[in-house]
Amino acid sequence: MSFFKKLKEKITQQTETVSEKFKEGLTKTRDNFSGKVNDLVARYRKVDEEFFEELEEILIGADVGFDTVMELIEELKLEVKRKNIQDPREVQAVISEKLVEIYENAGEVPNGLNIQKDELTVILFVGVNGVGKTTTIGKLAHKFKTEGKTVLLAAGDTFRAGAIDQLEVWGERVGVDVIKQGEGSDPAAVMYDAVRAAKSRGADILLCDTAGRLQNKVNLMKELEKVKRVIEREIPGAPHEVLLVLDATTGQNALIQTKTFKEVTDVSGIVLTKLDGTAKGGIVLAIRNELKIPVKFVGLGEKMDDLQEFDSEKYVYGLFADLVEMEEVE
Amino acid sequence: MAFEGLADRLQNTMQKIRGKGKVSEADVKEMMREVRLALLEADVNFKVVKDFVKKVSERSVGQEVMKSLTPGQQVIKVVKEELTELMGGEESKIAVANRPPTVIMMVGLQGAGKTTTTGKLANLLRKKYNRKPMLVAADIYRPAAIKQLETLGKQLSMPVFSLGDQVSPVEIARQAIAKAKEDHHDYVLIDTAGRLHIDEKLMDELKEIKELSNPNEIFLVVDAMTGQDAVNVAQSFNELLGLTGVVLTKLDGDTRGGAALSIRAVSNTPIKFVGLGEKLDALETFHPERMASRILGMGDVLTLIEKAQSNVDEEKAKELEKKMRTASFTLDDFLEQLGQVRNMGPLDELLKMMPGANKIKGLDNLQVDEKQISHVEAIIQSMTKAEKEHPEIINASRRKRIAKGSGRTVPEVNRLLKQFEDMKKMMKQMTGMQQKGKKKGGFKLPFNPF
Repeated sequence: MSFFKKLKEKITQQTETVSEKFKEGLTKTRDNFSGKVNDLVARYRKVDEEFFEELEEILIGADVGFDTVMELIEELKLEVKRKNIQDPREVQAVISEKLVEIYENAGEVPNGLNIQKDELTVILFVGVNGVGKTTTIGKLAHKFKTEGKTVLLAAGDTFRAGAIDQLEVWGERVGVDVIKQGEGSDPAAVMYDAVRAAKSRGADILLCDTAGRLQNKVNLMKELEKVKRVIEREIPGAPHEVLLVLDATTGQNALIQTKTFKEVTDVSGIVLTKLDGTAKGGIVLAIRNELKIPVKFVGLGEKMDDLQEFDSEKYVYGLFADLVEMEEVE
Repeated sequence: MAFEGLADRLQNTMQKIRGKGKVSEADVKEMMREVRLALLEADVNFKVVKDFVKKVSERSVGQEVMKSLTPGQQVIKVVKEELTELMGGEESKIAVANRPPTVIMMVGLQGAGKTTTTGKLANLLRKKYNRKPMLVAADIYRPAAIKQLETLGKQLSMPVFSLGDQVSPVEIARQAIAKAKEDHHDYVLIDTAGRLHIDEKLMDELKEIKELSNPNEIFLVVDAMTGQDAVNVAQSFNELLGLTGVVLTKLDGDTRGGAALSIRAVSNTPIKFVGLGEKLDALETFHPERMASRILGMGDVLTLIEKAQSNVDEEKAKELEKKMRTASFTLDDFLEQLGQVRNMGPLDELLKMMPGANKIKGLDNLQVDEKQISHVEAIIQSMTKAEKEHPEIINASRRKRIAKGSGRTVPEVNRLLKQFEDMKKMMKQMTGMQQKGKKKGGFKLPFNPF
């Protein structure tokens, strides 16, 4: 468990820098997860089928992806058989070991944003309807603005009623300009305008909103492909980030969303929104395990500064902290 | 990504049982595990799954499954029946107040689709029930939410009541109802702001709106993709407000929608409507049986049939049938058929509704190219009237001209003509069979030209 020790030390050193909000969010997830595992281990006398079934439920209850859970349980069963483990308390060690394995198997994935130095950085936001794309853009614009950067927003959601206005309100709040056309206009044309405007104004960051679309709508996904292509054509290497916005309350469909959007737009990172509402961060683990895409930001509330950079190490530590501490006592 | 339906899951188990002659209790247990996994995979809450499996298990260990010759199918039947029963019961009626206006409150989490659903519901009330609804913009928190509702109101030519975003939602509701009375609106739809079920302050606000406006219906709008947390959401809203119905949105996506079952089970509130698209008429009545099939990954034939029926003109279908019988089906008719297929919606969506479609290799990733249909249409439209009626006159030079006119290639023209010829032959055979057989008049589904 040296990995965890290292992680723990690192986290403890940073305690001050971890915001209260983030800790709160983590506490909830942790209570929900580690607490339940501890409870499970305490209740069972031996490791049997029912024990595994309940463990399965705890993991699924945290919205860890179905396949990841099944994989994990299978491996646990094998391990238990191999080591001839009878005592549930011993399984606990194996659980955290396996979870860390999943986490580490994904390898190093960069958490930070790919920001260009002294040049325009274009960030494209994609996702299904109602996940919070526009709100995320507003919050991120605020963040960049506070850092002293010139920010421009592109109103690429020309479909949903009031979407352009929503972005404009954010623009006013934050104090940045919005490039837009009328409702119903071609989003690719909006992007073209926006990229041109950003270049001529010498902006640092261009944040591109798009309309929400369900990933099984082929035509809408093609439209998104085109939007991206237009940006690419105007600036080689752009968009520098394609951020998929995911609603943390989404179930197994989150994985299908990620997979499909990745195929179409080569998603480089994930923004997990509405994490303040639930203790269901489990999907992070599945996304990492199955799709190897880093979560870069988490949304923890409705205020302008409620978007936090996501540190997966902190998160994983938070998830399993109790498990690890138990182990150290032994 | 593994996303198998219950039928596929049970198949493996069945293979083991086959040849044993009799199903043991242990076999049932194994089957129940598959049922459990299928439901969990569909996002049904694990606690709900537990109770549900227990119930199905009891029925299965009893007479029904163990004595059956086809235990696998029997299990599916039992599961489907139980699911349907659990989710069904009440009809999707909307309350009518003794003294108008009837007040409907729309509540839910952020991004569930409340505002869009409010618009759709108002549209349905007017279209189906001939009502005169008024929309109320009570979401003062999300930027431009009021604007969104106003835009929808404009699209529907329906009045939207708003007092801007500086007046409290409770006050907005109060004034709106007074205004509705004055203007003789019989329905008032209050669009409230999205909020988390754990946000006490905002939840209290809903309660205040409720107490003041005394709504006849309180609809919880829920995203069909919601995961395990759906139960907590439904429970919190229900405990605080006493929901009268649920609207499940974004069901036109590819989620299995297990949340439907979870919500029903914990809140005991009927699911009344489902949102099936972004257009304002994409709100439909909830059908428990179809939802059960969907959760189990068994396709949705009924919706498919309904779609076909609502889009295929009866008159035209009859005429077509006659043409087929007399073998006077022309390329013009074919063109019309293509148009009808298109009206039913994107082809890949239609395919997904077919049971077993997910089993056919490659079909799950199939992207039906709508353009291909456009090409066929272009080719036919480039023909002269005589050519369309008597395609046999199309010789090499005509083919070249048609290809040029439609911007396609000669081989494509050839392929189309060949397909059309084959189709005609097939029609002859089928109509022959029909005349010999029982009654005529089946065969209303348009053909798949590819």
